[in-house]
Amino acid sequence: MSDLQIKKSSTTYDAVIVGSGAGGGMAGYVLAHAGLKVLMLEAGPFFDPQKNSAQLKFSWESPRRGASTDSRNFGDFDAAFGGWSLEGEPYTTKDNTEFQWFRSRMLGGRTNHWGRISLRMGPHDFQPKDGLTEKWPITYDDMKPFYDKVDRLIGVFGTVEGLENEPDGIFLPPPKPRLNELYIKAGAKKAGVTVIAGRGSVLTEALPGNKDRGACFFCGQCNRSCKIYGDFSSSSCLVIPAMKTGNLKVISNAMVREVLTDKEGAATGVSYISKDDMQEYQVNGKIVILGASACESARLLLNSKSAAHPGGLANSSGIVGKYLHDSTGSGASGWLPQLMDRKRYNEDGVGSVHIYSPWWLDNKKLDFPRGYHIEYGGGLHMPGYGFGGGIQHMNGAVAGRDGKMKEAGGFGAGLKDDYRRFYGVNIGMAGRGTAIAREDNYCEIDPDVVDKFGIPVLRFHYKWAPDEVKQAKHMQDTFQEIMHHMGAIADAPAGKDTSYGLEAPGVIIHEVGTVRMGDDPKKSALNKYCQAHDCNNLFVVDAAPFVQQGDKNATWTILALSMRTAEYILSQRKKLNV
Amino acid sequence: MNRRESLRTIGLGTLATGLLLDASCKTDTKKQGEVTTPQETAAADPARTPYELEREKKLNAEKFFNEHEIKTITVLVDIIIPKDDKSGSASDAKVPDFIEFIVKDMPEHQTPLRGGLRWLDLQCLNRYNNTFREASDQQQIDLVTLIAYPKKATPDMAQGVSFFNRMRDLTATGFFSSQMGMKDIGYVGNAPNKWEGVPADVLKAHGFDTVWG
Repeated sequence: MSDLQIKKSSTTYDAVIVGSGAGGGMAGYVLAHAGLKVLMLEAGPFFDPQKNSAQLKFSWESPRRGASTDSRNFGDFDAAFGGWSLEGEPYTTKDNTEFQWFRSRMLGGRTNHWGRISLRMGPHDFQPKDGLTEKWPITYDDMKPFYDKVDRLIGVFGTVEGLENEPDGIFLPPPKPRLNELYIKAGAKKAGVTVIAGRGSVLTEALPGNKDRGACFFCGQCNRSCKIYGDFSSSSCLVIPAMKTGNLKVISNAMVREVLTDKEGAATGVSYISKDDMQEYQVNGKIVILGASACESARLLLNSKSAAHPGGLANSSGIVGKYLHDSTGSGASGWLPQLMDRKRYNEDGVGSVHIYSPWWLDNKKLDFPRGYHIEYGGGLHMPGYGFGGGIQHMNGAVAGRDGKMKEAGGFGAGLKDDYRRFYGVNIGMAGRGTAIAREDNYCEIDPDVVDKFGIPVLRFHYKWAPDEVKQAKHMQDTFQEIMHHMGAIADAPAGKDTSYGLEAPGVIIHEVGTVRMGDDPKKSALNKYCQAHDCNNLFVVDAAPFVQQGDKNATWTILALSMRTAEYILSQRKKLNV
Repeated sequence: MNRRESLRTIGLGTLATGLLLDASCKTDTKKQGEVTTPQETAAADPARTPYELEREKKLNAEKFFNEHEIKTITVLVDIIIPKDDKSGSASDAKVPDFIEFIVKDMPEHQTPLRGGLRWLDLQCLNRYNNTFREASDQQQIDLVTLIAYPKKATPDMAQGVSFFNRMRDLTATGFFSSQMGMKDIGYVGNAPNKWEGVPADVLKAHGFDTVWG
């Protein structure tokens, strides 16, 4: 006889939340503070940046000097537990298409390591005028009060610019530019490209009214997560504070299998497997809230089939999994001879962007729709794995200290001195653009493959269209122009053979749109409050409800949407609707 | 929580934070090194997952290069980065140990390095009747000169150039990411401070009027 059985809890929570990232964290925070009894399930281990961050370690404290590994795709000190592949948890692709899926299994999810770039979507992102994609069922004006509240609750730096589709927030002072960024600003101006102060969720000053979080001390290591909670992670800023109310319980290492429903089709809770004891559990909730990530929430819904929901939960429209879209991305690098032999000082700054270029052009004059923003990099950063690489491509291009040209490459004292001379001359540019939500870019359940828990996995079908390739070409042309105007020596630009450096779908980790909202239940899975059309006690609070992204990073909109949904739940509870 | 309180929470003393947070923020690498030395031992590192701790243990127990190879690497890295009046040599900074580790961690380096070392020995055996490490200092330099300048190297040296590019990159990374190398290159960050923008004298030297350009 087998020991395996399903352990059913007798407790019924006011809400069960799946996932602890930006969406799940915010919903948990709002509901727990309102007095609801909330259970949060996280598929990975508990993570508290205060204890678990690798902040302030030097490169030499890593035997690989901070290089990435299969378990730390963004470097040995990066906070993410997880990555492009997880042992025993595959995903597949279809028809020779490509999709890369980054999953962080940990409390706070991907918010522990993200770039903290915190941009609001603008009026035209919610209500596009070109007719190419569906409008959101809500407008920027509907969202503005929630963006404002998120700004005050979590903190974001930036400058008030008055740009129509780049709405201003309630800003802390932005970090000042690094030296390379001053050159970029000047070069971009000559190229006709707007550059403004960055917008990031880092506390450049103490957050008014908050005693639990520290002000940034400028180590530039936000991706390691912050021991003093000086930047936004869902773990440190939402979930841990929510736990302190006594109303939120977290079960970590709980991999949710499906959403349970009753005969009428209402959600009753979820089933999960505990990675700690490999036992099966069922927990009950009056409301079920999915914040497992755009793709994982779609997977959960599609795997939650029942007589009442034969095509998967909340999927009578057949729309779940469709309209998957990730930002476009293409980059360039180069170096500035003017920065050779530069004076040394601490230029770590913040681990978000100090400056960026919001979309600055009119599409009527372009051969592609929508736009992109540019993020910039460079500076006197901590040397780690890869430092000094490819010096033979640099030290033959400029005169040596004696004014004579040097032979590229070399060895010995002269080479050693070259490394010193070239320290901090590098610059990087990365475009992040709007990808169009298309019905034929989707994820679905792979009929043949399960993960090690026996849960059917996702299969992706995603192809870039000419629109995105043209956008990437425009990015490359712009990067070259800016570098030319700033007097930089550019590395070979990405050309047609690589679709102008356009990254594979998923690589930018801004994937959204898989359980989209809308007013028409035939064309959307959720209403404008992220409540399922087919199941009124089921909500989705991650990036899945996005109808169409802008070029803006998704997190700030996830937070605002989730807060809006949570407040809607509270108002509906008062009316006894759920 | 203000910045001073923040730093106290992560265990930085009042004296250190006071000094580090003063506006001008004079940098003293030695003091910063002391301030940020981690308290935890590697074995109980809360920033590592059990999988990672296990992998480190396994990698450290393995040995890739044999005695001859590691001695050859030691000669090579010190030719690439020798001791000078500012800092020690690559081997002083334990670059050979780093290379031994990194080839185990990144197996894609293994064949190019092992094969490259043998290529180098064969070149030397044919020319000098000695392996690279047993050849005279001048012979070593002569041979390295043939493969250290990609644009000048003759086509028959192409494989050697590729090998040497890789050795040069690994040596530079290993050296400048070490404590000795970071001090040499002048990295003064990874320490609590208040970023106020590019210092005035640097702005002036680069022709910028204000911290915002």
